[in-house]
Formats: sequence, C-alpha cells, structure tokens
Amino acid sequence: MTAVAHSTTMGLDNRKLGMWVFLASEFLFFGAFMSAYLLYIDTTNRGPGIEIFDIPFTSVSSFVLLMSSLTMVLAHNSHLRGDMRRMRLWVLATAGQGMVFLGGQVYEFTVFFREGLDLTQSPFASSFYFLAGFHGAHVAIGVLLLLGLYSLSLTGKIKPGQDVKTEIIGLYWHFVDIIWVILFTVVYLIPELRV
Amino acid sequence: MATMTAAETGQSRLRPSKPTGFLSWVATTDHKRIGILYFWTVLVFFFIGGVESSLMRAQLAQAELSLITPEIYNQMFTMHGITMVFLVVMPFAAAFFNYLLPLMIGARDVAFPRLNAFSYWFYLFGGIFLYSSFFLGGAPNGSWVGYAPLSSDAVSNMAFYAVGLQILGVSSLASAVNFIVTILNMRAPGMTFMRMPMMVWMALTTSFLLLFAVPIIAVALFMLQFDAVFDAQFFQPASGGDPILYQHLFWLFGHPEVYIMILPAMGIVSEVMPTFSRKPLFGYAAMAFAGAAIGFIGFGVWAHHMFTSAIGPVPRAAFAVATMFIAVPTGIKIFNWVFTMWGGRIRFTTAMLFSVGFVSMFTIGGLSGVVHSIVPHNAQQHDTYFVVAHFHYVLFGGALFGLISGVYYWYPKVTGRLMSEKLGKFHFWTWLLGFNLTFGPMHMSGLLGQPRRTSVLPGELGTTVETYNLLSSLGVIVLAVSASVFLYNLLRSMKHGEASGDDPWDARTIEWMTATPPKVHNFDVIPVITARDEFWHRKYAESDQHIPVAVPVGASVDHDEHDGDVGHIHMPDPSLWPAIHTLGVMPLGYGLVYANWLLIGIGLVWMVAGVFGWIIEPLAEGDDDEPALVGAATH
Repeated sequence: MTAVAHSTTMGLDNRKLGMWVFLASEFLFFGAFMSAYLLYIDTTNRGPGIEIFDIPFTSVSSFVLLMSSLTMVLAHNSHLRGDMRRMRLWVLATAGQGMVFLGGQVYEFTVFFREGLDLTQSPFASSFYFLAGFHGAHVAIGVLLLLGLYSLSLTGKIKPGQDVKTEIIGLYWHFVDIIWVILFTVVYLIPELRV
Repeated sequence: MATMTAAETGQSRLRPSKPTGFLSWVATTDHKRIGILYFWTVLVFFFIGGVESSLMRAQLAQAELSLITPEIYNQMFTMHGITMVFLVVMPFAAAFFNYLLPLMIGARDVAFPRLNAFSYWFYLFGGIFLYSSFFLGGAPNGSWVGYAPLSSDAVSNMAFYAVGLQILGVSSLASAVNFIVTILNMRAPGMTFMRMPMMVWMALTTSFLLLFAVPIIAVALFMLQFDAVFDAQFFQPASGGDPILYQHLFWLFGHPEVYIMILPAMGIVSEVMPTFSRKPLFGYAAMAFAGAAIGFIGFGVWAHHMFTSAIGPVPRAAFAVATMFIAVPTGIKIFNWVFTMWGGRIRFTTAMLFSVGFVSMFTIGGLSGVVHSIVPHNAQQHDTYFVVAHFHYVLFGGALFGLISGVYYWYPKVTGRLMSEKLGKFHFWTWLLGFNLTFGPMHMSGLLGQPRRTSVLPGELGTTVETYNLLSSLGVIVLAVSASVFLYNLLRSMKHGEASGDDPWDARTIEWMTATPPKVHNFDVIPVITARDEFWHRKYAESDQHIPVAVPVGASVDHDEHDGDVGHIHMPDPSLWPAIHTLGVMPLGYGLVYANWLLIGIGLVWMVAGVFGWIIEPLAEGDDDEPALVGAATH
C-alpha cells in the first residue's frame, strides 16, 4: 500500500472544503461589483442606460445557463455510478450550454456597443461591462475546467472512483449559475420595473 | 513493492529528485521550506523598506531640506507603505503560519502543498513586479491607499500598484483557503477547537479575514487599473463617477487588513507569554472569541478612515460607535496577557521581552486609535503625523514586535540552535529606544499640525516641530543599528549558536514534541491530543497544591521516539509546476500595465498551460483517491 485514503477532521474531502471556502470569497467579489453597479445605475453620462437591455433575449440565455446546472448534476450522478461514458456526455452538454451562454453574451455586448454603450462612456457602462464580463470570465473558466475534465477522463487520467473531481467542478459551476440568478435579477429585472 | 510502484509511476522529467540544492527549493512543497523561503524574502523586503523610510527621515530631519526631489519622496513613502504592509508584515505572518500550523495541529503538511508553493511564488513575483517599476519610469507614487481619481492619472504610475497588489492578493487568497482547510480538516486526533494553540485560532481568524477582504480590494484594483489604463469611468467625476466609492471599497478591505496584520502577532504573543510565565494562557476561551469578535467587528468600522470625506453624519456616528466598540475585545486580550504574566515565574528571555514590548507599545497605539474614533478630534488629526505615529505604534510596536518575538522563540525549532541572548537583548533595548524615539515625537508634531505625505517640512511650523522631526530622524539611526545587530545575530547563530536540544524553553505546545529541526514528515507517529497545552501535560503532573511536578523520565511520553519504518508515510511530491505556472503572471502583469494585448495573451496562455501541466503531473505515490482505495474506504 503506498497511499492511504486520508480521513479528515470534518469528514469532508479537503478539495471539496477548499472549493466551498473559495466560493465564499467569490461572493464578496461579485457583491462589490454589484454595489458599484447599483450605485451607478443612473449615472449614464448622457449615454444609453438600462433601457438598452433586451429582456427576452437574455432570459433565453439565462434559461440555457440554468439548465446546464441540471446536466452538471446528471454528470456527477453518472460519475458516482461509474458510468463514465454517460458522465462524459453530460459534461460535454454542460460545457456546450456554457458556450451557448457565452455566445449570447458576446452577441449582447456587441449589440450594446453598437448602440453606443462603450466601456469608456459612463460609470454605468463601466460597471455593467465589469459585472457581466467578470461573470462571463467565470463561465469561461468553468467551460475550460469542464473540457479539461472531459479530456482527462477520455485519457483515463480521471477514473470512475474519482467522482470528487467532477463534484468540485460541479460546485464551481453551480456557484456561477447562482451568481447569474442574482445578477440577472439585480441587473436586468429589477431596473426593468422602473422603466 | 511500494518503492517499485513509486519509481514506475513517478517518472517525470520535470521533477527534481535531489533533496538539496537550488532546484529542490524551487520545487519544494514542504510547508517548512516554504515558510523559510517566505522568511528570507520578507527580510530582504524589510531592509529595502527600511532604506526607503531612512531616505524620508533624512529629508525631514530639518525644515526646508531638499536632499531628494518631491517626485522621489512620493515614490519613497508609497513604496515604503506598500512594502511594509504587503511584502513584509503579511508574508511574515505567512512564514510563521506555514512553518508552524501543521506542526501545531499535528499534521504532516498543509492541505494543498502545491497551492502553498503557488502562494509563495505569487508573492515573490508580485514583489519583484512592484519593484521593477523603479526601472520602468518610476515607482507608484500615490500612497499605499491609492485614492482615485489621483491614482488613475497617467503620471501617477499607479498601474503598477493596481496590478502588483492584485498579484499579491491572489497569493494571500490562495494561502487563506489553504490554511482554513488545513486547520479545519487536518487536526490530529483529539485536537478539538478548544484545544488548539491560540496561534492556530488567530491563524484561522486571519485567514477568514483575508478570504473576505481580498476579493473587495481585487474589485477596487480592477476598477482603478481599468480607469488608469483602459479609460473606464468608475472614479472619474467628469462623467459622474464617485471617488468615494473607491475609498469605501479600499477601506472595506483596508480595515480588516489592519487586523490581518495584527492578529498573527497576537497569536505569537499568546504562545510566548505562557511559556515564559510557566502558566497556561489566562482566559483561553475569551482570547479565542475576542479574536473572532475582532474579525467580525473589523468589517464594520472601515469608514472611520473616511470621517473627513463626504459620508454624512449618520455613518460618521455609526462608525464612531463601532470603532469604540472594537476596543473592547482588544482590551480583553491585553488584560488576559497581563493576567497570564501575573503570578507567573517569568523568565525574561529576548522572546519574552519582545512580547512584553508588544503588549505595552500596542496598548499605546490602541489608545491613540480610540482617539481617532471621536469624529471632531479625527478631523483635527486627519492626514497629520499623529496618524503616522498611531499606526506605527500598532504595526511596528505591535505587529513587528510580536513577529520578532516569534523569530527568537521559534528560531531553535527551525535551526536547532539558539540565537544569542546577549545580542538579542541589545537588539530589544535599542529597538525599543529607537522605535519610541522615532515615532513618539510624531504624536506631538502631528498635533502641532505637521501634514503627512509632504516632501518638505514647512519652516513656518516652528522650531518645536523641527526638533521633534530631528529626534525622529535620529531614532531611525538607532533602529538601523539595532536591525543590523538582529541580522548579524540571525546569520551568526545558524552556525555558531548554542545547540538548543528539542525543547529549549520548556514549552507547552506539540510543535516542540518532535525532533528539532523537524523531519520532513513532522511526526513519526501523529500524537493523540488529550489536553490543551498537550506537551506540558505530558511533561508535568499537578501536585495537590496545583504546582506542576515533573513526570519521572521513565514514565514520560514527551518525545516522539518512534524509530520504526517511516518509509510508508505519504508525503507530497516536489513539483516545479507552481513556479512555472506563476511565472506567467509576469507577462500578464506587464501586459495589463502597458495595455499590450500580446503580453496579456502570452501570460494567459502560459498560465493556463501551467495549470494543465500541474493537473496532469503524475504523482509519485499514486492518487489520493485511487478507485480501489476509495472503494475500500467508502463502501
């Protein structure tokens, strides 16, 4: 026997606890950006403001992102059962939905930019692009992680018993989703009530 | 069989296998070696920061001097602040945590050894990155707080500040996650929360503070940097941006940061005082909870740094009350240290002297802090040398005294040799004298109206202020002599110090129970903990009169004398990937400062490639959760 399966004080895998702790920190990161956005929501410097948002379009891409959490759970579940073929399928589906969401964001940003919402236009523009953009960056990192998970399980580096790896990537992915739920409400929906 | 598989699976061209030499340090994942790396790097930056402050004091020794230009002066006080806060005190604490935490909780290493190396390399590269600005058009010169919109001005060179601090923040965040998981999850059997050494409690609190404070400064720095380099509009009043937002974000990080710097020193003092008073720490639970309370309230007092900014009367009142309130847990700690010494058989070793110095000097700094909470008073003192005096009493008289106390206390643990007590005592007394001579008069010159961050001492402030300034500058000379003696003592004692044995101080906590210096795997057998101050209870029983009586040698179980086969102990493999991966932050950083997309691209691709190299690196001893093993453990 070379390695011993370590038992931990809290009974939770170190890597899982580490991911939870890290995500706690991430909430403060997005919280600070959100407060900046709320402060600047009307500071448009005579440029476009919240009326520029296309709620139906963003709702569709939000729906896609939310559904990706379902496929992520299915991927983890398949991994738990040792069904690596199906696990890879669901991982790929999750990454694909993430990419659809990212594509939607790229499209949305392009449209906004053409309509005059430039990063340098106003504090509103800067804070909107930063908040949504950093969320997008998190999704992109998640997609990279998922694709890494997919390819490493193809090469046999990630084995059926190592479902904790899928689980921690899943934790991250669900976090990114939850942030989007809050962000979509705060950035798009609540201001819409005032328009 | 075990060695066979290790040799088969562990073949990696990128893994240095020699236990000594330069590469072994680059690739180390041993928490003790990383702690030592932190320590020496800190020492280098400490002396650089000292030179910067000496230049300032030389300039201010007399009124209307012009030894250095205002441009240089601005760079000096900015870099002095950044260096001492981010490159000295914080990583100094990280050096102690790295070396001691696993030893104190009875673990073989931290939870994520490679992430630990990653933290160190990010720290080192962040420091080099910041200092490279001196050769690239001048260092940051907008003070360590970097208030926007001044700091987003192109001439302020604060882009280096924004990116450099971001890099250091990643380092702190990674080590915070690492330490939290280590403390929560890797304690020895029986090491309950209420049996942990106080140092471990303070490390846990500090790590949580970092965890929640660093992301906030990350946001502020991203905004600042994009304002400065990419013309974003976060803090530009011309387009409606609000500079007060920057102040809020900065101090929402900046005030917990104050406790991030002081709590580790408090932890050290709480270890040193009981040992040299031969008494348990007084009010252990109160100490632990006071630390946690400071952590919580520490997030609710930030706006007292902004009393003279436009924040309105209600926030001023609320934050004034909160600020006075935070003095309560701090007071609890101070009284508990005094009661720890009360009635003890005190030995005034150098380590103990520095701890006593900590308590007394920190109390002075704490009291002038309470003075700041009174809003009208605060308006008088704002941006004067009174503030400079206050925070040096807390950070120099407080944090640094505590940390140096820890150096004298744990030096034998790391090297197996004692530092010279004679030189140590000379160091302490000159340090105390020089410190008070430098910063004591600043209270007075500040109250008399001397403004801080001003490159020339105005002559119209009068000869009294000038005398105070001369005293301060003379104090720096004393400190320089004192620091040199400290350095000499550190280096000399490594070879010529008296051999310490395993337990030179008759200590109380389990890091002294293992070999000195500790073996790579720390403990041959992980100890089972039955009491707070476990090691003490293994050495001493209590008589009817509550006097400690030494347990007879034969019956003692105070040493980890297991000589059996330790080849089975699974230790983390050395790895070059953390260093390779983090090096990518250099092109990324310069790219962000100069808006150079090519460099940004190179940095990003480098770092992503580094992560993949890190992930797929084969482990010499197999994966922790190989299917067969996990199957056996969980089903």
